[in-house]
Amino acid sequence: MSFLTDRKRALGLGSAKTGTEHHWSMQISSIGLIILVPLFVFTFGPILGGTYEEVIAYYSRPWPAAIAALTLAIGMMHFKNGAQMAIEDYVHGLKGRLTIIFVTCLAYGIAGVGIFSLIRLAL
Amino acid sequence: MADVNRGNRPLSPFMLGQYYRFQLNSVTSILTRITGNALVVQAFLIAWWFLAAASGPEYFATVDYIVTSWIGDLILLLSTLGLWFHALAGIRHLIWDNGYMLDVESADKLSWVVIGGSVVLTIITIIFV
Repeated sequence: MSFLTDRKRALGLGSAKTGTEHHWSMQISSIGLIILVPLFVFTFGPILGGTYEEVIAYYSRPWPAAIAALTLAIGMMHFKNGAQMAIEDYVHGLKGRLTIIFVTCLAYGIAGVGIFSLIRLAL
Repeated sequence: MADVNRGNRPLSPFMLGQYYRFQLNSVTSILTRITGNALVVQAFLIAWWFLAAASGPEYFATVDYIVTSWIGDLILLLSTLGLWFHALAGIRHLIWDNGYMLDVESADKLSWVVIGGSVVLTIITIIFV
């Protein structure tokens, strides 16, 4: 038999108390993406399918490059936080924690590689 | 009384399909999550394409061939539809977050706007891009 009382067992559990901050960060990034995504679609779309020289010249310009870099950065942070929420709902325990770590690495990886490449193209 | 029924409590069942009829709101809500997560494929392809462009003409030729092949085109077309769907459903979520249009009739209307709007925006993207 356990000598722990119900109160002692419940103390410190409950919500992680980071939900409000998480929700707020999703709202900020989503509004940022409402602006960025159309700009990205209509600057990236036309150059896709162009020759190597055309692509290099196009992404050497600051405007398309800045839009692409910002979209990748904000988009991947939005993905990281959103996917984490979905994983917490459906995958639990060690498997859940490992999935969140994998998704976080993937999000930072895609953003990092994309933005580094864009800087290389621009310089 | 500290150990009453530990670990043997009734759990809420997974409702969808078995106990719960699919509705416009639940389906569009689930699709928001599916499209949002699936868009990482598009992001991966685009970041890879930028990496190839920064690496040099030979590597770019290989990756550009894959990204603009019919399978790459198909992935980008579907993810464009997913992107617009997720964007519109996200706007709907922001409207709901602020306490507006939460009654069933308005929510259903918004669902049709999201579905129709994402198709229209995809067609516009195909025409102009």
